Amino acid sequence: MIKQKIVLRYPPHVVEQPTIYHLIKDFDLMVNILRADINPKKEGRLMMELSGSEKNYQRALEWLQELGLQIMGLEQQIIWREDRCTHCGACTVICPTEALAFNRPEMTVSFDEYKCVVCELCLKACPARAMETLVENANAK
Amino acid sequence: MENTRSIEEINEKIKTGKAVVFTAEEIISVVEEKGIKDTAASVDVVTTGTFGPMCSSGVFLNVGHPTPRIKLNEIYLNSVPAYAGIAAVDLYLGATALPTSDPANRNYPGDFIYGGGHVIEELVAGKEIRMEATAYGTDCYPLKKIDTSFRLSEINEATLYNPRNAYQNYNVAVNLGSKTIYTYMGVLKMNMGNANYSSAGQLSPLFNDPLLKTIGIGTRIFLGGGIGYVAWHGTQHNPGAKRAENDTPVYPGATLALVGDLKQMEPRWLRGLSFLGYGATMQVGMGVPIPVLNEEIMRSCAVRDEDLKAPVVDYYRGYPYKEGSELALVSYAELKSGSINIRGREVPTASLSSYAGAREIAATLKEWIQGGRFTLTALSAPLPSADSGVKMNALPQRDPDNREV
Repeated sequence: MIKQKIVLRYPPHVVEQPTIYHLIKDFDLMVNILRADINPKKEGRLMMELSGSEKNYQRALEWLQELGLQIMGLEQQIIWREDRCTHCGACTVICPTEALAFNRPEMTVSFDEYKCVVCELCLKACPARAMETLVENANAK
Repeated sequence: MENTRSIEEINEKIKTGKAVVFTAEEIISVVEEKGIKDTAASVDVVTTGTFGPMCSSGVFLNVGHPTPRIKLNEIYLNSVPAYAGIAAVDLYLGATALPTSDPANRNYPGDFIYGGGHVIEELVAGKEIRMEATAYGTDCYPLKKIDTSFRLSEINEATLYNPRNAYQNYNVAVNLGSKTIYTYMGVLKMNMGNANYSSAGQLSPLFNDPLLKTIGIGTRIFLGGGIGYVAWHGTQHNPGAKRAENDTPVYPGATLALVGDLKQMEPRWLRGLSFLGYGATMQVGMGVPIPVLNEEIMRSCAVRDEDLKAPVVDYYRGYPYKEGSELALVSYAELKSGSINIRGREVPTASLSSYAGAREIAATLKEWIQGGRFTLTALSAPLPSADSGVKMNALPQRDPDNREV
């Protein structure tokens, strides 16, 4: 068994294809969608947790790549610009998963990208704008 | 209380590298171990620091004259408007100024991605700033329009002048409403989802000299990574605020107006900020050295987060509409622990002021003093303190048509 949080990026020409249907039906994977959106350029982004047998999981990834989808780890989506962070801590009460945490007694902020669910609330809650998203998405201005 | 040590004596020790200096955080355990009397006998200076959002900040610039000369009327720096209602090429850029094209809260909650504070940060970083200005033209100042750029090093003066910094204590903000609100105290989740505070507590300058015995006009300080001075008391200075037994106010109290040469400051300590749904501002790093002139001053410098209290205020109705009073008084030790108990509920806390930054500023100032590159100043004049009778006023709201003219 394998369980992975991944992000799929869809180029415009495949964004309307029912890929989730095939992941479930053809590859017998369990799909838990965390978030999905399509930007004005018709590029899609789908964040989900996949679980199933190792073999099916690998086959599914190969199939997705053949379709032209880009596959990334969820933890690569939000970037903490430590050089911009002033360690105030304002983000730590906004982050729902404690990926952004306040360390005591150091009184500094830390970011655990593996706990991040890419809700993106921190992007604007940070006054110094030290949180960035890697790629343009539907919510980016 | 009579002084047992003078500023001159301290400066002599600083010059010979013999001054004994601790930060306001370090001094707490020294006093706990040795007592007030012995510590006062051996310690010369206690350094403080704070690094928080301070909206009442800005910079006076003299950009020099182009050829032909100009009397600036309307001026934009990186699209952010500056005030030009002073001499021909003098202007003031405020930290919260926004580009005229900023949608502000028309797209609620607004992003406020760039403002005066960001221009100041870029200016200090040595970046080229675009300047667009218009003028009506006079016989002596004929130029009517200019679009150019300059760097900090290329203009005449750049004087940081902050009308209100270093608040002695501040509100802890919560939201009693049933929707998220966006304030200068950050994003406040509904039903007291979080409590935001903004003070360095035991490291904060005015908490360590509550009655302003050593901090006054002319006090040399750490400002924005360089050297600055206390110019005056700050706006909304409220030294009459109710005080605890240790003389520290339990509400927002004294404030300072600060001044310094921007050209020797660092972008790290003057940071443009964007408060979602509120506006743009600037985070200012400042720190004050406190000369340990006697045991009383030593006792004030030994103040701990446990002994400093702040009012918890509702920003849904209480603050904006001046309704009701504070929900509770909580200590900075509780606030810094990560949660406070209000009305029987545990509410997570977060700070807007960087304690790590405050620590670094106090440590830097300590290093400067120990290294002999920073000496202390005697104050030129004291600021209004608790016994001054100075208090805060509200704006009169009356019928302007019936005014006395």
